[in-house]
Amino acid sequence: MAVSTLERSAGSRPEQQRSGRLRRLPLGRWGLRGVALVYLGAMVAPPAVAVVTRGFGHGFASLRDAMAVPGAAAAIRLTLITAALAAVINGAFGTLLAYILVRLRFPGRAILNTVVDLPFAVPTLVTGVMLVALYGPNSPVGGFLKRHGVQVIFATPGILLAVLFVTLPLVVRAVEPVLLELDRSEEEAAHVLGAGGWTTFRRVVLPAIRPAVAAGALLTFARAIGEFGSLVIVSGNITGRTLTAPVFIFQLTSQFKGDEAAAVSTVLFAISFALVLLTERLTRRRGDEFS
Amino acid sequence: MSTRPTAVPARGRLIRAGVLALGLTYVAILLLAPIVGIVWTALKGGPHVVPGPLERADIQHALFRPVIIAAVTVGVPAVLGMVVALVLARDRFFGKRIVSAIVDLPFAVSPVIVGLAAVVLFGRGGWFEAFFAARGIQVIFALPSMILVTIFICIPFVIREVVPVLEELGTEEEDAARTLGASPMQAFIRITLPNMRWALLYGVALSTARALGEIGAVLIVSGAIQGQTETATLYVLRALEERQDAAGYLVALTLAAVSVLVLLGIEVFKRRQAKEMGR
Repeated sequence: MAVSTLERSAGSRPEQQRSGRLRRLPLGRWGLRGVALVYLGAMVAPPAVAVVTRGFGHGFASLRDAMAVPGAAAAIRLTLITAALAAVINGAFGTLLAYILVRLRFPGRAILNTVVDLPFAVPTLVTGVMLVALYGPNSPVGGFLKRHGVQVIFATPGILLAVLFVTLPLVVRAVEPVLLELDRSEEEAAHVLGAGGWTTFRRVVLPAIRPAVAAGALLTFARAIGEFGSLVIVSGNITGRTLTAPVFIFQLTSQFKGDEAAAVSTVLFAISFALVLLTERLTRRRGDEFS
Repeated sequence: MSTRPTAVPARGRLIRAGVLALGLTYVAILLLAPIVGIVWTALKGGPHVVPGPLERADIQHALFRPVIIAAVTVGVPAVLGMVVALVLARDRFFGKRIVSAIVDLPFAVSPVIVGLAAVVLFGRGGWFEAFFAARGIQVIFALPSMILVTIFICIPFVIREVVPVLEELGTEEEDAARTLGASPMQAFIRITLPNMRWALLYGVALSTARALGEIGAVLIVSGAIQGQTETATLYVLRALEERQDAAGYLVALTLAAVSVLVLLGIEVFKRRQAKEMGR
């Protein structure tokens, strides 16, 4: 959000004043910096180093061995595929919902705005239980679908539904603030010049919100890769078929295969870290992906 | 062409209605239908099924445990998160972008990996195991590790909410207070803190929701010992595995109800914040 505001303020404030700002806060500049860096360093570095060094226990060989563990490659592949699908689907519908929330006035808009945040509040495990309650073999809906040859729970559709549920707010909340800041006169100009609704959206609105959509979709992808709580219920844990990487790591851990678990974790961790860096590049510290 | 002025708005309205219907249908199928599903499944035996399981000691314990963890936990990422937010919004230094990316890491990385890391650090043969064992502190399979992983997972929320607000606010008001003789601490408490309070509370509410519902990291770290380290989500998992579906669904429904209450808090804070930022 606030891309234009930030640029304005960055332009109008002299560099000297900017660097002096922290000194006017309690603890002073170095005190604050120190507390912030020590806090993040102490919380993030040890677990990251622990997983990576354990994962590389015997160098790259142990990483290769881990990928050779039956089910590891399949689990990572399934995770990446469902996460990519979630990023694309929620990228499209998230943008649509952000557009609806910002540009359309209709009764129940406030309710929709609240409901979109639901996945932030509901525990992910409960999400999984909800999906089993709705689509499980013992429910009317699940029974109906099963009679028509569609299996949702303990199969890929269930995994995708769970991941879509959990990540829905991310794109909406990334795109919404950018749409709010967007100057409507450009759209009106396009309209006056004869562009239809779709052309206006594609040629005027979309270029402006594209970085936000991309950042939201990347975050969706990252979040979907790590999802565990709902999938441990929904996936049915069939090795090689419905086992996603985090659930696979959990299984390895509970079988006391710490080395293999750490190796697969290292692969997953590297992907997450790369995605976070990429998102940061796209938003340049201006997006507030969580609001 | 006399029909054109009326025809275009009519077509526009139709497209708008279509867009709206598409969005609402997606939300209804994806988010609302599962809620109907769990309410129906948990309560299909009638309302009298509710009291039974909720009076069981192990379930009450499991429901209360995450409340303790959340209460202990949420303060840390809130207070220290404010410090990080101030630094990210106001400071400039080499590597700031990396620090900013690291803030998002706990959100992106799988909670299972967080739990595994805690085991590598504090578990049997772990790096810090001897240190804590010598002092008689049980970290893994006990509350300390559950609190630690929850703090880790809650790191981003307050920071991500407060940073944009601080950036938007600028420092004019603080500068004015300082010119008028306020100390840095006074300026912070009287000016900065009130200005960011709704964003802060929004972040705290999001952290609370996450702390109450955490499963992946806590599952690995806690050992899920019944009546001791078992949280509500862990109980639900065990109940479903042991085919005690009725009790499991009921506790899940309870968790869902609590999370809806937290969500309403989230919305109140968010609206206040949006209002103050002039939207």
